[in-house]
Amino acid sequence: MAWTWFHRLASPPHVYRVAGRLTPWLAWPAAVLIVAGLIGGLVLAPPDYQQGEGYRILYVHAPSAWMSLLVYTTMAVAAGVGLIWRMKVAHAVAASCAPIGASFTVAALVTGSLWGAPMWGTYWQWDPRLTSELILLFLYLGYMGLRSAFDDLQRADRVSAVLAIVGVVNVPIIHYSVVWWNSLHQAPSLMRLGKPDMPASMFVPLLMMLAGFTLFFGALLLVRVRGEVLSRERAATWIREALRP
Amino acid sequence: MKAFLDMGGYAAYVWPSYAVTLAVMALNIVWARRLLKRSRKEALHKIAIGGKEAIGRTEETRRAETIGGAEQ
Repeated sequence: MAWTWFHRLASPPHVYRVAGRLTPWLAWPAAVLIVAGLIGGLVLAPPDYQQGEGYRILYVHAPSAWMSLLVYTTMAVAAGVGLIWRMKVAHAVAASCAPIGASFTVAALVTGSLWGAPMWGTYWQWDPRLTSELILLFLYLGYMGLRSAFDDLQRADRVSAVLAIVGVVNVPIIHYSVVWWNSLHQAPSLMRLGKPDMPASMFVPLLMMLAGFTLFFGALLLVRVRGEVLSRERAATWIREALRP
Repeated sequence: MKAFLDMGGYAAYVWPSYAVTLAVMALNIVWARRLLKRSRKEALHKIAIGGKEAIGRTEETRRAETIGGAEQ
Protein backbone atom coordinates (compact mmCIF):
# COMPACT_ATOMS: atom_id res chain seq x y z
CA MET A 1 0.00 0.00 0.00
CA ALA A 2 0.96 3.64 -0.13
CA TRP A 3 1.77 3.45 3.56
CA THR A 4 5.41 2.66 2.85
CA TRP A 5 6.31 6.34 2.98
CA PHE A 6 5.04 6.42 6.56
CA HIS A 7 7.13 3.42 7.52
CA ARG A 8 10.18 4.87 5.83
CA LEU A 9 9.65 8.07 7.80
CA ALA A 10 10.04 5.97 10.92
CA SER A 11 13.38 4.60 9.77
CA PRO A 12 16.26 6.64 11.26
CA PRO A 13 18.84 5.89 8.50
CA HIS A 14 16.34 6.92 5.85
CA VAL A 15 15.44 10.11 7.71
CA TYR A 16 19.09 10.96 8.34
CA ARG A 17 19.96 10.57 4.67
CA VAL A 18 16.90 12.28 3.18
CA ALA A 19 17.04 15.17 5.67
CA GLY A 20 20.66 15.79 4.75
CA ARG A 21 19.87 15.85 1.06
CA LEU A 22 16.78 18.03 1.50
CA THR A 23 18.34 20.75 3.69
CA PRO A 24 19.88 22.95 0.93
CA TRP A 25 16.64 22.78 -1.06
CA LEU A 26 14.87 24.52 1.80
CA ALA A 27 17.72 26.71 3.06
CA TRP A 28 18.57 28.46 -0.21
CA PRO A 29 15.02 29.39 -1.24
CA ALA A 30 14.53 30.58 2.36
CA ALA A 31 17.58 32.84 2.09
CA VAL A 32 16.45 34.27 -1.26
CA LEU A 33 12.88 34.89 -0.05
CA ILE A 34 14.02 36.54 3.18
CA VAL A 35 16.52 38.85 1.44
CA ALA A 36 13.88 39.80 -1.15
CA GLY A 37 11.29 40.28 1.58
CA LEU A 38 13.65 42.49 3.60
CA ILE A 39 14.35 44.71 0.58
CA GLY A 40 10.65 44.80 -0.27
CA GLY A 41 9.61 45.56 3.28
CA LEU A 42 12.29 48.07 4.19
CA VAL A 43 12.77 49.88 0.87
CA LEU A 44 10.08 49.22 -1.73
CA ALA A 45 6.90 49.14 0.34
CA PRO A 46 5.27 52.56 0.81
CA PRO A 47 4.97 54.06 4.30
CA ASP A 48 1.70 53.45 6.15
CA TYR A 49 -0.79 56.32 6.13
CA GLN A 50 -1.18 56.15 9.92
CA GLN A 51 2.05 54.69 11.27
CA GLY A 52 4.48 56.12 8.71
CA GLU A 53 7.75 54.16 8.54
CA GLY A 54 7.18 52.64 11.96
CA TYR A 55 4.90 49.93 10.60
CA ARG A 56 7.91 48.27 8.89
CA ILE A 57 8.41 46.31 12.10
CA LEU A 58 5.56 44.23 10.68
CA TYR A 59 7.98 42.48 8.30
CA VAL A 60 9.92 40.89 11.15
CA HIS A 61 7.19 40.81 13.82
CA ALA A 62 4.49 38.94 11.87
CA PRO A 63 6.84 36.21 10.53
CA SER A 64 8.31 35.70 14.03
CA ALA A 65 4.84 35.41 15.54
CA TRP A 66 3.79 33.06 12.72
CA MET A 67 6.85 30.91 13.49
CA SER A 68 6.02 30.78 17.19
CA LEU A 69 2.63 29.22 16.36
CA LEU A 70 3.69 27.06 13.40
CA VAL A 71 6.59 25.54 15.33
CA TYR A 72 4.43 24.82 18.37
CA THR A 73 1.77 23.14 16.26
CA THR A 74 4.43 21.06 14.49
CA MET A 75 5.89 20.12 17.86
CA ALA A 76 2.52 19.04 19.26
CA VAL A 77 1.61 17.00 16.17
CA ALA A 78 5.01 15.29 16.16
CA ALA A 79 4.72 14.60 19.90
CA GLY A 80 1.27 13.07 19.30
CA VAL A 81 2.55 10.85 16.49
CA GLY A 82 5.44 9.82 18.72
CA LEU A 83 3.13 8.93 21.58
CA ILE A 84 0.56 7.05 19.51
CA TRP A 85 2.82 5.11 17.15
CA ARG A 86 5.86 5.04 19.47
CA MET A 87 7.90 6.51 16.67
CA LYS A 88 11.36 7.63 17.76
CA VAL A 89 11.82 9.92 14.77
CA ALA A 90 8.62 11.79 15.64
CA HIS A 91 9.90 12.41 19.16
CA ALA A 92 13.17 13.63 17.62
CA VAL A 93 11.16 16.11 15.52
CA ALA A 94 9.23 17.35 18.57
CA ALA A 95 12.42 17.80 20.60
CA SER A 96 14.01 19.68 17.69
CA CYS A 97 11.14 22.15 17.47
CA ALA A 98 11.30 23.54 21.00
CA PRO A 99 14.44 25.73 20.91
CA ILE A 100 13.50 27.08 17.47
CA GLY A 101 9.99 27.96 18.60
CA ALA A 102 11.12 29.46 21.89
CA SER A 103 13.64 31.75 20.21
CA PHE A 104 11.13 33.02 17.65
CA THR A 105 8.57 33.57 20.39
CA VAL A 106 11.14 35.81 22.08
CA ALA A 107 11.62 37.62 18.76
CA ALA A 108 7.85 38.06 18.38
CA LEU A 109 7.51 39.43 21.92
CA VAL A 110 10.49 41.81 21.64
CA THR A 111 9.56 43.16 18.21
CA GLY A 112 5.94 43.50 19.31
CA SER A 113 7.05 45.42 22.34
CA LEU A 114 9.24 47.68 20.19
CA TRP A 115 6.25 48.27 17.93
CA GLY A 116 3.89 48.89 20.81
CA ALA A 117 6.10 51.52 22.43
CA PRO A 118 5.66 54.26 19.78
CA MET A 119 2.16 53.20 18.61
CA TRP A 120 0.40 52.33 21.87
CA GLY A 121 2.64 54.29 24.19
CA THR A 122 3.68 51.21 26.15
CA TYR A 123 6.16 48.36 25.79
CA TRP A 124 3.93 45.92 27.61
CA GLN A 125 0.30 45.53 28.52
CA TRP A 126 -1.44 42.51 30.09
CA ASP A 127 -3.54 42.22 27.01
CA PRO A 128 -5.04 38.85 25.82
CA ARG A 129 -2.81 38.60 22.74
CA LEU A 130 0.38 39.58 24.55
CA THR A 131 -0.35 37.46 27.60
CA SER A 132 -1.21 34.32 25.60
CA GLU A 133 1.97 34.75 23.55
CA LEU A 134 3.98 35.02 26.76
CA ILE A 135 2.32 31.80 27.98
CA LEU A 136 3.47 30.19 24.72
CA LEU A 137 7.04 31.10 25.62
CA PHE A 138 6.59 29.50 29.05
CA LEU A 139 5.17 26.36 27.39
CA TYR A 140 8.28 26.08 25.22
CA LEU A 141 10.57 26.67 28.19
CA GLY A 142 8.59 24.23 30.33
CA TYR A 143 8.83 21.61 27.59
CA MET A 144 12.60 22.02 27.35
CA GLY A 145 13.02 22.05 31.12
CA LEU A 146 10.91 18.93 31.49
CA ARG A 147 12.94 17.10 28.84
CA SER A 148 16.22 17.94 30.48
CA ALA A 149 14.91 16.73 33.87
CA PHE A 150 14.97 13.08 32.67
CA ASP A 151 18.09 11.04 32.08
CA ASP A 152 16.07 8.41 30.31
CA LEU A 153 15.41 9.74 26.82
CA GLN A 154 12.33 7.60 26.26
CA ARG A 155 10.67 8.86 29.41
CA ALA A 156 11.64 12.43 28.54
CA ASP A 157 10.04 11.92 25.12
CA ARG A 158 6.79 10.59 26.52
CA VAL A 159 6.32 12.99 29.42
CA SER A 160 7.25 16.09 27.41
CA ALA A 161 4.95 14.95 24.59
CA VAL A 162 1.99 15.13 26.96
CA LEU A 163 2.88 18.72 27.89
CA ALA A 164 3.28 19.66 24.22
CA ILE A 165 -0.13 18.21 23.36
CA VAL A 166 -1.95 19.79 26.30
CA GLY A 167 -0.34 23.17 25.56
CA VAL A 168 -1.60 23.22 21.99
CA VAL A 169 -4.94 24.63 23.21
CA ASN A 170 -3.06 27.89 23.59
CA VAL A 171 -2.45 28.15 19.82
CA PRO A 172 -6.05 28.94 18.76
CA ILE A 173 -6.38 31.14 21.86
CA ILE A 174 -3.46 33.26 20.64
CA HIS A 175 -4.79 33.40 17.11
CA TYR A 176 -8.35 34.37 18.02
CA SER A 177 -7.48 36.49 21.06
CA VAL A 178 -7.79 39.68 19.02
CA VAL A 179 -11.23 38.62 17.83
CA TRP A 180 -12.67 37.19 21.05
CA TRP A 181 -11.52 39.91 23.43
CA ASN A 182 -11.00 43.59 23.30
CA SER A 183 -7.33 43.76 22.49
CA LEU A 184 -4.87 46.56 21.92
CA HIS A 185 -3.42 44.39 19.21
CA GLN A 186 -4.76 44.94 15.73
CA ALA A 187 -6.83 42.24 14.01
CA PRO A 188 -5.11 40.01 11.45
CA SER A 189 -4.57 41.83 8.18
CA LEU A 190 -3.36 38.87 6.13
CA MET A 191 -4.40 35.62 7.80
CA ARG A 192 -8.10 36.14 7.34
CA LEU A 193 -10.89 35.37 4.93
CA GLY A 194 -11.15 37.57 1.89
CA LYS A 195 -8.63 40.02 0.56
CA PRO A 196 -5.79 41.36 2.70
CA ASP A 197 -6.42 44.97 3.69
CA MET A 198 -3.19 46.37 2.32
CA PRO A 199 -1.84 47.08 -1.17
CA ALA A 200 0.23 44.46 -3.02
CA SER A 201 3.43 46.48 -2.55
CA MET A 202 2.98 46.00 1.19
CA PHE A 203 1.71 42.43 1.42
CA VAL A 204 3.93 40.77 -1.20
CA PRO A 205 7.08 41.39 0.90
CA LEU A 206 5.16 40.13 3.93
CA LEU A 207 4.19 36.94 2.08
CA MET A 208 7.84 36.49 1.06
CA MET A 209 8.97 36.85 4.67
CA LEU A 210 6.31 34.40 5.88
CA ALA A 211 7.27 31.84 3.21
CA GLY A 212 10.97 32.44 3.80
CA PHE A 213 10.67 31.96 7.56
CA THR A 214 8.63 28.79 7.03
CA LEU A 215 11.28 27.30 4.74
CA PHE A 216 13.96 28.43 7.18
CA PHE A 217 12.16 26.52 9.92
CA GLY A 218 12.09 23.47 7.66
CA ALA A 219 15.84 23.68 7.06
CA LEU A 220 16.62 24.18 10.77
CA LEU A 221 14.36 21.28 11.66
CA LEU A 222 16.09 18.95 9.19
CA VAL A 223 19.55 19.77 10.59
CA ARG A 224 18.36 19.37 14.19
CA VAL A 225 16.47 16.14 13.50
CA ARG A 226 19.62 14.61 12.01
CA GLY A 227 21.47 15.45 15.21
CA GLU A 228 18.67 14.12 17.42
CA VAL A 229 18.37 10.91 15.39
CA LEU A 230 22.12 10.32 15.65
CA SER A 231 22.15 10.80 19.40
CA ARG A 232 19.29 8.30 19.79
CA GLU A 233 20.82 5.56 17.63
CA ARG A 234 24.38 5.49 18.82
CA ALA A 235 25.19 1.85 18.41
CA ALA A 236 23.42 1.24 15.13
CA THR A 237 25.41 -0.06 12.20
CA TRP A 238 24.03 2.47 9.79
CA ILE A 239 25.71 5.29 11.69
CA ARG A 240 29.11 3.92 10.77
CA GLU A 241 28.11 3.90 7.14
CA ALA A 242 26.44 7.32 7.30
CA LEU A 243 29.41 8.96 9.01
CA ARG A 244 32.07 7.39 6.87
CA PRO A 245 34.10 10.28 5.46
CA MET B 1 20.24 57.32 2.85
CA LYS B 2 19.98 59.37 6.01
CA ALA B 3 16.20 59.48 5.61
CA PHE B 4 16.17 55.70 5.20
CA LEU B 5 18.23 55.17 8.36
CA ASP B 6 16.03 57.64 10.23
CA MET B 7 12.87 55.60 9.41
CA GLY B 8 10.66 58.66 9.74
CA GLY B 9 11.68 59.10 13.36
CA TYR B 10 11.04 55.44 14.27
CA ALA B 11 14.68 54.34 13.89
CA ALA B 12 14.98 53.54 17.62
CA TYR B 13 12.17 50.95 17.26
CA VAL B 14 12.54 49.67 13.70
CA TRP B 15 16.26 48.85 13.66
CA PRO B 16 16.40 47.05 17.01
CA SER B 17 13.42 44.93 15.85
CA TYR B 18 15.30 43.87 12.73
CA ALA B 19 18.50 43.33 14.73
CA VAL B 20 16.77 41.07 17.27
CA THR B 21 15.03 39.00 14.59
CA LEU B 22 18.16 38.56 12.48
CA ALA B 23 20.14 37.68 15.62
CA VAL B 24 17.58 34.99 16.49
CA MET B 25 17.89 33.59 12.97
CA ALA B 26 21.70 33.58 13.11
CA LEU B 27 21.69 31.94 16.55
CA ASN B 28 19.35 29.24 15.29
CA ILE B 29 21.75 28.42 12.45
CA VAL B 30 24.67 28.22 14.89
CA TRP B 31 22.72 26.09 17.41
CA ALA B 32 21.41 23.63 14.81
CA ARG B 33 24.84 23.12 13.25
CA ARG B 34 26.47 22.75 16.65
CA LEU B 35 23.91 20.11 17.67
CA LEU B 36 24.54 18.06 14.53
CA LYS B 37 28.30 18.38 14.87
CA ARG B 38 28.24 17.34 18.52
CA SER B 39 25.96 14.37 17.81
CA ARG B 40 28.25 13.22 15.01
CA LYS B 41 31.29 13.45 17.25
CA GLU B 42 29.57 11.58 20.08
CA ALA B 43 28.30 8.88 17.75
CA LEU B 44 31.77 8.34 16.31
CA HIS B 45 33.20 8.22 19.81
CA LYS B 46 30.63 5.63 20.91
CA ILE B 47 31.37 3.50 17.90
CA ALA B 48 35.09 3.77 18.56
CA ILE B 49 34.95 2.70 22.24
CA GLY B 50 32.06 0.29 22.69
CA GLY B 51 30.87 0.04 19.15
CA LYS B 52 32.52 -3.22 18.17
CA GLU B 53 30.52 -5.15 20.69
CA ALA B 54 27.31 -3.25 20.10
CA ILE B 55 27.57 -3.34 16.33
CA GLY B 56 28.48 -7.02 16.40
CA ARG B 57 25.37 -7.66 18.42
CA THR B 58 23.06 -5.77 16.11
CA GLU B 59 24.48 -7.55 13.08
CA GLU B 60 24.07 -10.88 14.78
CA THR B 61 20.49 -10.08 15.73
CA ARG B 62 19.74 -9.00 12.22
CA ARG B 63 21.24 -12.16 10.77
CA ALA B 64 19.23 -14.24 13.21
CA GLU B 65 16.10 -12.40 12.19
CA THR B 66 16.77 -12.90 8.49
CA ILE B 67 17.37 -16.58 9.01
CA GLY B 68 14.25 -16.87 11.13
CA GLY B 69 12.27 -15.02 8.47
CA ALA B 70 13.58 -17.29 5.72
CA GLU B 71 12.55 -20.39 7.59
CA GLN B 72 8.96 -19.32 7.99
